[in-house]
Amino acid sequence: MARAGVPPFERFYESHKGEVLALLRRRAGRDRADDLFQETFLRALRAYGRLEHGEHLRAWVLTIATNTVVDAARRERPTAQLAVEPAGEDERPAVEELAPLTDRLPPKERAAVVLRYGYDLDYDTIGAALGSNEEAARQAASAGVRRLRKEKEQR
Amino acid sequence: MTGVPTVLDDRFRAAAAASGELDVAYDVLDDTPVGPLLVGVSERGLCRVGFDPEPEAELERLARNFGPRILRTPKALDRVRRELDEYFAGRRRDFDLEVDLRATPEFHRRVLEELSRVEYGHTTTYGTLAAQVGAPRAARAVGTVMNRNPLPIVLPCHRVVGANGSLTGYGGGLDRKEWLLRLEGALL
Repeated sequence: MARAGVPPFERFYESHKGEVLALLRRRAGRDRADDLFQETFLRALRAYGRLEHGEHLRAWVLTIATNTVVDAARRERPTAQLAVEPAGEDERPAVEELAPLTDRLPPKERAAVVLRYGYDLDYDTIGAALGSNEEAARQAASAGVRRLRKEKEQR
Repeated sequence: MTGVPTVLDDRFRAAAAASGELDVAYDVLDDTPVGPLLVGVSERGLCRVGFDPEPEAELERLARNFGPRILRTPKALDRVRRELDEYFAGRRRDFDLEVDLRATPEFHRRVLEELSRVEYGHTTTYGTLAAQVGAPRAARAVGTVMNRNPLPIVLPCHRVVGANGSLTGYGGGLDRKEWLLRLEGALL
């Protein structure tokens, strides 16, 4: 039933809750962070049973956190543009290489591309991080890649 | 590392329990007369009572059996805690709790079902239980079922003794078995 390597949610939550709260306070301010904290981990919980493996959970949950900040900002100011930063594990070379390439992508596309190609997460997991679904994540990643190709051709 | 304020932590745990998204909600009852107990409920009912909880091993096992969405949520265990408190205080003889034995093999379930009919303050023997499930030679196998009982106390494996009346064994240690039988007045 449980997939190999996916830790019990309790352990996942205890490992990452401090860092998630710190990120939310940085990005959304102390007051707003409290509500977003709960929303972040409820989103993670909803998707948790579908995880295929327990790798890159830190990047995954920090992305969910960033995304709840963006969604909350959109609810308040629908035209606002905020960067979704697929956060975490900065030491990973794949992500560093991707970062300058993906900087100019729209937030969701950037997150989808980095999680897919930088962290090798499956689309179901990425969809969960972005608060959408597998298909939307696949589309965001492929739209991002198309955009990158186009930019490269134009250079 | 940012400390998460207790109020925030409690609020998330309560919201998670209320969301219906947990495979198992658990808590550790720290001060029962038989020592700390880990208790867990799924959406179907009580799925774990564990002595000497080593949370790591217990949580891994629950994840294997019921799914990885396992969280310590004291609120979800209120009823279980209350019934156990009443039992330990001598004010409750039967538990009024649904149980979830889906992770238990079929033969074990049959034996546990039979076990659940052994009344408060009474004892039976491994051989008797074996005969009652139609496997009269399986007294030893019944012993194994008792040893692996996922819900000790609630499914009263402490009420099963050897044919000569000796306590024989107990998954939680003989001291606890003796304490429980004394509580129920089955031992003087």
